[in-house]
Amino acid sequence: MSRKPKIAFYWCAGCGGCEESVIDMAEELLSVAEKADIVFWPIALDTRFEDVEALNDGDIDATFINGAIRLDEHVRVVQMLRRKSKRIIAHGTCAHLGGIIGLANLFDSRQLLECACRQVPGMDDPSAPLPETDPGDGQEGPTLAALLPEVKPLDRVVAVDAYIPGCPPTPETMAQAITDVIHGRLPEPGMVFAHRTALCRQCPRLDSKPDKIEITRFRRLYETHWDPEVCFLPQGLLCMGPVTRGGCDARCIRANMPCRGCFGPTERMNDFGSGAMALIASMMAGEDEATLARLVNSIADPTGLIYRYSLAASILGQGPGR
Amino acid sequence: MGTCKPKIVAFLCNWCAYDGADAAGRARLKIPSTVVEVRVMCSGQVDSGMVLNAFEAGAQGVMVLGCQPGDCHYKDGNVHAMKRMALLRAVLKPTRIDPRRIRLDWVSAGDGKRYARVAREMMDRIERLGPASGPPENEHQR
Amino acid sequence: MTRRIRIDPVTRLEGHGRIDIRLDEAGNVNRSFFQVPEFKGFEKFCEGRAAEEMPTLTQKICGVCPTAHHIAGVKALDALFAVDPPPAARIIRELMHTAFVFEDHLLHFFYLGGPDILVNGDARKFERNVFGVLQAIGDAVGKRAIQIRKKVRALNALLGGSALYPVCGLPGGVAKPVSRETRTVVSETAAEALAFARDLLPLFHEKGLKNKRFRNMTRSSVFSLLTYYMGLVDEENRINFYDGDLKIVAPDGKTFARFPAEAYLEHLRERVVQGSYMKILYLKALGWKGYREGPENGMYRVGPLARLNAAAGMATPLAQQEYERLYHAVGQKPAHNTLLYHWARLIEVLYAAERMVELAARPELTDPHVRNLPEQAPSSGVGVCEAPRGTLIHHYRTDDRAIVKQLNLVVATQNNAGAIGLSVEKAARALIVKGEVNDTILNMVEMAYRAYDPCLACATH
Repeated sequence: MSRKPKIAFYWCAGCGGCEESVIDMAEELLSVAEKADIVFWPIALDTRFEDVEALNDGDIDATFINGAIRLDEHVRVVQMLRRKSKRIIAHGTCAHLGGIIGLANLFDSRQLLECACRQVPGMDDPSAPLPETDPGDGQEGPTLAALLPEVKPLDRVVAVDAYIPGCPPTPETMAQAITDVIHGRLPEPGMVFAHRTALCRQCPRLDSKPDKIEITRFRRLYETHWDPEVCFLPQGLLCMGPVTRGGCDARCIRANMPCRGCFGPTERMNDFGSGAMALIASMMAGEDEATLARLVNSIADPTGLIYRYSLAASILGQGPGR
Repeated sequence: MGTCKPKIVAFLCNWCAYDGADAAGRARLKIPSTVVEVRVMCSGQVDSGMVLNAFEAGAQGVMVLGCQPGDCHYKDGNVHAMKRMALLRAVLKPTRIDPRRIRLDWVSAGDGKRYARVAREMMDRIERLGPASGPPENEHQR
Repeated sequence: MTRRIRIDPVTRLEGHGRIDIRLDEAGNVNRSFFQVPEFKGFEKFCEGRAAEEMPTLTQKICGVCPTAHHIAGVKALDALFAVDPPPAARIIRELMHTAFVFEDHLLHFFYLGGPDILVNGDARKFERNVFGVLQAIGDAVGKRAIQIRKKVRALNALLGGSALYPVCGLPGGVAKPVSRETRTVVSETAAEALAFARDLLPLFHEKGLKNKRFRNMTRSSVFSLLTYYMGLVDEENRINFYDGDLKIVAPDGKTFARFPAEAYLEHLRERVVQGSYMKILYLKALGWKGYREGPENGMYRVGPLARLNAAAGMATPLAQQEYERLYHAVGQKPAHNTLLYHWARLIEVLYAAERMVELAARPELTDPHVRNLPEQAPSSGVGVCEAPRGTLIHHYRTDDRAIVKQLNLVVATQNNAGAIGLSVEKAARALIVKGEVNDTILNMVEMAYRAYDPCLACATH
């Protein structure tokens, strides 16, 4: 009699949205619980770290890890899970590319704490000591996990076998991946559970996307109305659809808002930011420096727009120093 | 490592800038030895990915040198370069790579003197900026 | 030799935490720490970002309550640009937010905190979860709960893009109007939500309040804390999740303060604690006097029970009846026992469903005009709402190009940070005696924080 497959879920610096994506499997989750042993899932089960540590290496068939690597504790935990698991599947954009919290890499990690603890309005003591990660004698208080100098995607710390992109991934994709695992269909190394091609292919506005787009000024969403049936790009509104992997069914577009790239780059690209910059540059109308400078200036926050989800995975996202 | 001059990658367009660099060589003009010359067909071929890869490979600065506006062999390839580099510099502004480490400029065919001057100016600028921080390590590969 | 007990990680809540309890020589609790090893730095790395992206950036603070951040963020943008949304947009936003509170509260009751009540008190840890709940209350009810959450979340996806994160918020309105077809879905879903909520309260009474163990805990001083309470109220001092003024009542129920959210800095203060990234909020007027209860300390609470305590009543009839029932059962107002958060939460579920039905019927809901464009240059703005777990404030300051220069986030569970630490300590001291510890006892200690439905990614951002 074969044993039930074992699966686990863990979150590093995540937000719980990827967990919700699993919970959104709704009744299907019940059949997962019948067919598999969920050996670790802090949001839903009372399993503790010591329960995982007690397992043998390789005991877990697949561990789904979301969230980016932000604290030293995350490194220890994912390394432990790597030992105990046959497969590690990174789910969600944070584990895949660093995610939005990768934007923290625009700053020194100390600056993040200084701001939160001393500089935001309403703090009672602008010279308060920052939270101490090692109180020293161990009697006063427990040690606190320390911030790493920068945020990293999961595969910079442990070998990752497959990726489920999206912020968060769709419940359907999570269901597919989890069902595959519990039926013994472990993913091939490097597999990405999404389309290979760009979102435009799924977009309900594809027909109105022209071959040639020339923008003289990029508009900001708050300052204008737009045609809800027509592609954003010729309307002067930046949309990352052409350089983003499909698989989300264009949910943001259907809400009448442009894509921001959470599924990451298509199969042909390594660095999302490079693809996005090529896209935007190709739409800029102008031939002289002054015109082009004005055009670039009309983009409010090019770095935040282009590297919103993938800064930590790019060359730009690592380390301070100019 | 201490007294080594920083590496600068120079993307040179085949029709103008590369010939300018060649002319500088023939005239034995002084070019900093750590300039790594990469021939491309057109400055408009250089996208931000190539520039960022150069930094990842250890470059401290990147030059993209093409034909004068109006002289591009492919008509407006150099205009593409202008657009891409303008955008890239704006994107780099808040990041760990100082946008001054990238220079887009024009060098006509045969203009060895100009090439040598541009290369030396760039080297001065990069030396003044000091070292940029390096690419990330993969911890589990240690 | 000092003995140390760790609960690591804490479970069935959102976010990272651990409890570290130190025993003295006699085996009694000397100290306990509720530690939150989680921090991302939103208040810094959102500097430099375009203001219109803030509702979708900040909602990544938390994937369990993204809608709350989206709403507080978009309201901050309204204030930033001094632009008012048209009536249809206001209704759409309140509808989305209220629907979200409905289903998020159900998440807590069935998946997170509810197992502590609905599954047998001596249950082993492998049974204390949603799967155990379905066994305990029956498949039919359990699956109905799962279904209604799915439907309400699908409704929010229709309104806002994705239940997992809405994208429709813009200063001065929303991106998309509600069509007649969508109104039909809204009405049907709201009606089903109300039907479920009406059946849920009797279930809670039957399986929860009539459960001797749980009932005794709701009456025990071990789980009681004398604190101040804060929540958003409308002009008639009734709970509203979307808008209103902030009202604070003292432990004896008297109104302590009532102010618009823009004035929050005059009333609330934040402090850093050692050993944790979750900052503590307290009342400025009273100051922070440590982990102590009582009217001299500026410790206050937010979230369902606090909202009911701060308000004068509920704005919808069935919820009002249940509200009166709670205070009649307790015998006084405010109610101080933390485990009553579970009951208050379900009263809010009922209110949310009734409110959804009301909003679904508003004629302006399908008006095509859903956005007013800003006419003024931006400078600074505060947005507030009641997230399921408590008061949420977004405060942005930008330059005249609407690039964020500074921001401050006061996030729900963070308001409860002091109370959570004290609740856990109080429970630990009372329940762990002479070194006797087992899984059931530790679970009861965990119940002391779980009733708050903490969201620690939110609280630390």
